[in-house]
Amino acid sequence: MSRARTSAGPGADRRVPVVLLVPALVGLALLVVPMAGLAWRAPWGRFPELLTSDSVLTALRLSVTTATSATVLSVLCGVPLAWLLARGDFPGRALLRGLVTVPLVLPPVIGGVALLVAFGRQGVIGGWLDRTFGLSLPFTTGAVVLSQAFVAMPYLVIAVEGAFRGADRRYEDVAATLGASAWTVFRRITLPAVLPGVAAGAVLCWARALGEFGATITFAGSFPGTTRTLPLEAYVAIGAGDTDMAIVLSLMMIVVSVVILVGLRERWVNVR
Amino acid sequence: MSPEGLEMDVVVDRGPFVLDVSVRIDAGEVVALLGPNGAGKSTLLGVLAGLIRPTAGRVALAGVTLDDVATGQHVPARGRRVGLVVQDYLLFGHMTVVENVAFGLRARGIPRRRARESAARTLERVGLGGLDGRKPRELSGGQAQRVALARALVVEPRLLLLDEPLAALDAGTRPAVRAELRRHLAGYSGCAIVVTHDPLEAMVLGDRLVVVEDGRVVQAGPPAEVARHPGTDYVARLVGLNLLQGTARGRTADVGAGTVIALAHEEHGPVHIAFSPSAVVLSPHRPDGSARNVWPGTVQDLETHGDLVRVTVSGALPVLADVTPLAIADLQLAPGMPVWASVKASEITAYPA
Repeated sequence: MSRARTSAGPGADRRVPVVLLVPALVGLALLVVPMAGLAWRAPWGRFPELLTSDSVLTALRLSVTTATSATVLSVLCGVPLAWLLARGDFPGRALLRGLVTVPLVLPPVIGGVALLVAFGRQGVIGGWLDRTFGLSLPFTTGAVVLSQAFVAMPYLVIAVEGAFRGADRRYEDVAATLGASAWTVFRRITLPAVLPGVAAGAVLCWARALGEFGATITFAGSFPGTTRTLPLEAYVAIGAGDTDMAIVLSLMMIVVSVVILVGLRERWVNVR
Repeated sequence: MSPEGLEMDVVVDRGPFVLDVSVRIDAGEVVALLGPNGAGKSTLLGVLAGLIRPTAGRVALAGVTLDDVATGQHVPARGRRVGLVVQDYLLFGHMTVVENVAFGLRARGIPRRRARESAARTLERVGLGGLDGRKPRELSGGQAQRVALARALVVEPRLLLLDEPLAALDAGTRPAVRAELRRHLAGYSGCAIVVTHDPLEAMVLGDRLVVVEDGRVVQAGPPAEVARHPGTDYVARLVGLNLLQGTARGRTADVGAGTVIALAHEEHGPVHIAFSPSAVVLSPHRPDGSARNVWPGTVQDLETHGDLVRVTVSGALPVLADVTPLAIADLQLAPGMPVWASVKASEITAYPA
């Protein structure tokens, strides 16, 4: 604010027009006030006690494990998928790119329903898994990982696809003239070049997985220790009238998100 | 044509642009490839490197067919033994200098230790011993260029492609790097192509010049021959000569626009007429006496050119004239001014087109 006034250059009115300033402040308030409210109402005295309670620690452990697993899964599948979208030359690529990004705008609950229909015991793939291997996914920790990957992988794919597109392909050409196979070129030239993009995408993916709620509760349910992650724990706390607990969990998640987003904002904006 | 050399007869059809060239290069020969932007030089290199598939034709190197559209043969880039060095070097930034040079050997399955030893020796050979552990960003332009050269040479290519290898260097370091590149090329037994915009570079590095314009080879020959007898306006400008096309009848040639040029020797049929800009005399009025070798034009542009001023004269017979600053003042030359250009017959070279 003060900067907007003092940075006025000679001959130019650099003040922010009121017409822009007022709605900007309203928007800012809309985004920040609820979070500030949480901090205001937080039971700071009971904080350590609540944070170290069994249910929170269990949920935290589960959240970190599942979000990390979902991120690993997303990197292993998402990087090759991003490569395909960026470099592949096949019909329907635009359609495929659209499909991959659908989970970004789809309500996660719908994602959960879709997962249930596909992987549920009566589902197309789930039924086969059940008959063939006796495997049942819904309401297991595996279902949590799958839900998180479904919702979070598109973030990684978009970031990495941008990095692949931004990478100078002439390096790959030079590597090829030096006798490198396509796989060697990918491993030793392309991948190192897009590594910052992969790292950014993975962190974003992890953060999104950590906050996943809708798909998880639909497809995996809310069982303490196996599927009840931090957001579900907060939801349960609210339902049980334990506002203090809900606030503590919320603040915890907000801090993690802020740290990650502030650290990545520059890169994320650039990648887009 | 030795069996070790390069034979290339290809057509690349890219919509409005068509590259249609035949090039022969002997082993040990360095060809300087010249041409304006968009002439097809990069496409030509891309075909040779195996990065672009030709639409028609054939490429053979050292007796091995690399491309033959008729039989569907195509050797991909990695199997070609064609080295590529480009203007901005494209060193792999996350690898050290020695890892860059060892890359081609490692890609061919040579164990790390042996690849590094071999790479270190090659670096020594290009005068970069001791820089093995550096990262590319810590190198000067000249050093980076030599690393790129070492990286290409270490896998012993049969054909070396240098795409404007000196263009990214500043004017101060260019002569030294150019001289050194010439030494390395002289000691190289395969075929080499150097793409350049710089006539001096072409003359110094090339055993032979090949000029490409609009996707076709328009002139080829020894540098001195091409420089003396440019075949197109582009080449003439490049070597700093004026070029007119005309029809000779003995000691005179009709160059159109009602102008007849007197020649120093007899020629017949279509001819190129070349003369240096410093041989052109400009005057505000039609000079008296000889009715020949004089034509009108309009001053279009003035530009300092060494100790002289280069005047671009436009008109039916556009011409460049190098005149002294004093003459500019005397004649009060300025853009838009009508002038008469004249050249002495003894300053003119005429040769069959």
